Amino acid sequence: MIKTFKEIAQSLDNASAWQQKYREIMLLGKQLPAMPEVLKTDDALVPGCESKVWMYLDFDLEENTLVIVGDSDTRIVKGLLAIVLALYNGLTPEQVINTNAFAEFQRLGLIQHLSPSRGNGIKAMVERIQTMAQQKS
Amino acid sequence: MFDIEKIRADFPALAQLINEQPLVYLDSAATTQKPLSVIAATEQFYARNNANVHRGRHTLSEQATHAYEQARATVAEFFNIAINELVWTKGATEAVNLVANGLTEQLNSNSVIIISPLEHHANIVPWQQLAKRTGATLLALPLQQDGRFNTQQCVKFIELHKPNVLAITHASNALGNLTPLEAILHAAKQQNTLTLIDGAQAALHLQPDLQQLDCDFYVFSAHKMLGPTGLGGLYGRYEQLNSLSVYQTGGEMIESVTLTETIFRQAPAKFESGTPNIAAVIAFAHAIEYLKALDTTNVYAHEQAIFNYAAKKLQSIDGITIYSDLKSNIGTLSFNYKDEHPYDIATLLDGFGIAVRSGHHCAQPLMQHLGINGSVRASFAFYNNHQDVDLFIAALQECIALLD
Repeated sequence: MIKTFKEIAQSLDNASAWQQKYREIMLLGKQLPAMPEVLKTDDALVPGCESKVWMYLDFDLEENTLVIVGDSDTRIVKGLLAIVLALYNGLTPEQVINTNAFAEFQRLGLIQHLSPSRGNGIKAMVERIQTMAQQKS
Repeated sequence: MFDIEKIRADFPALAQLINEQPLVYLDSAATTQKPLSVIAATEQFYARNNANVHRGRHTLSEQATHAYEQARATVAEFFNIAINELVWTKGATEAVNLVANGLTEQLNSNSVIIISPLEHHANIVPWQQLAKRTGATLLALPLQQDGRFNTQQCVKFIELHKPNVLAITHASNALGNLTPLEAILHAAKQQNTLTLIDGAQAALHLQPDLQQLDCDFYVFSAHKMLGPTGLGGLYGRYEQLNSLSVYQTGGEMIESVTLTETIFRQAPAKFESGTPNIAAVIAFAHAIEYLKALDTTNVYAHEQAIFNYAAKKLQSIDGITIYSDLKSNIGTLSFNYKDEHPYDIATLLDGFGIAVRSGHHCAQPLMQHLGINGSVRASFAFYNNHQDVDLFIAALQECIALLD
């Protein structure tokens, strides 16, 4: 069962130590369905530095919502990616524009993972989601 | 007498908490921490002595010029080279580029350039570009599967290909492995090969006598030798140095200029266009003075003792693969844990206040050679102590518990 963003925020808030927080993040990554290998193409790579992040962004015309699928070769980044997916998947473009991942990550105490020096692709991923929302709104 | 605690007190950055835990700085291969004297010299320059060099007859300018040229003398003496054989650059990378660009007119489609598979990208890409410009052939020395050179194989390769240029590192930035330079440089000399050694990683640890080493060019980076960032140096055997064509043109490097013609100055001035990084040069001389005041033999012995202690502890952890050569190394441990991603290990270690590097270390061809995507790199310097190693290993074991 994939957790909602609210449930994720709750369990991260409950984490007593930073180790527990990372354990939770890595668990979220583990629960995220693995992307089939054939989809892990260079075209789907989000430009990052160290960790690989593959992402597909689609738009459901009928439902007027964004559909996001992603995977990563590192556990922590995959967990962070799961948080981003929980935050944005299934939202309308307007809802996406009104949802600030940076503010949410700040609140969860994870903002350092969106810093450019991490080069983990998460920041680029959020930017791509926002760009698509702008185009579709 | 080598007093590690007294030395650590000279490096204020070491005495801080990171994520509420004492910092264990194991990323000196990326950049070293700076002693108080270097920090003070930088501040002193801007607070009191700031003036441009080689121009202006006012007192401050003369003082700045004197300190700047005195610094060149200090560093030249450290490497046992002549003062006019040292060019200031903005880093080791620029120094390699300066040589590779300066050789353009000396090479052609019959020329051969040899590098090695374990070079930093900075000692690969400028040579690829030079080969493209001139039509020269670029080859790589044979490297064993384990990331070590077989000296005999290398010597034979050089004898076979008779390179015009050989560019190779003094020690691998990703693994710390020392290159068997003596035999390689000897073989190159037999072929009248121009040689460039990338000393960015090794210079701090080995403090080489460049006359004795007998290479034509040697590049180094100040910030990996306790000095400021944005400064590096190029040693060139004077004739070879002066025969390079100019790299960047502008002020400072000219003898005379008309609107149609320019006469360049002689080396090193002809490679130092524009206002140099004066504060960094002066502060770097303080870094070198600091190193000279230490007992070199004991410093090296201490570094090796810390490295061996860490290697032994790391080896004893189940599931760890070490890629570094443990017998001949400047103090770098490159490793992975099972098939865990180095990014995860480094991120978790940071939670414990342990600073390491993860990734391909700007040495992608070497990673391909070793058949890995990257590694975790813990690199030691003389200011690390046994406690650093103990904290690192304890933290690593906790990371492993989190991952397993």
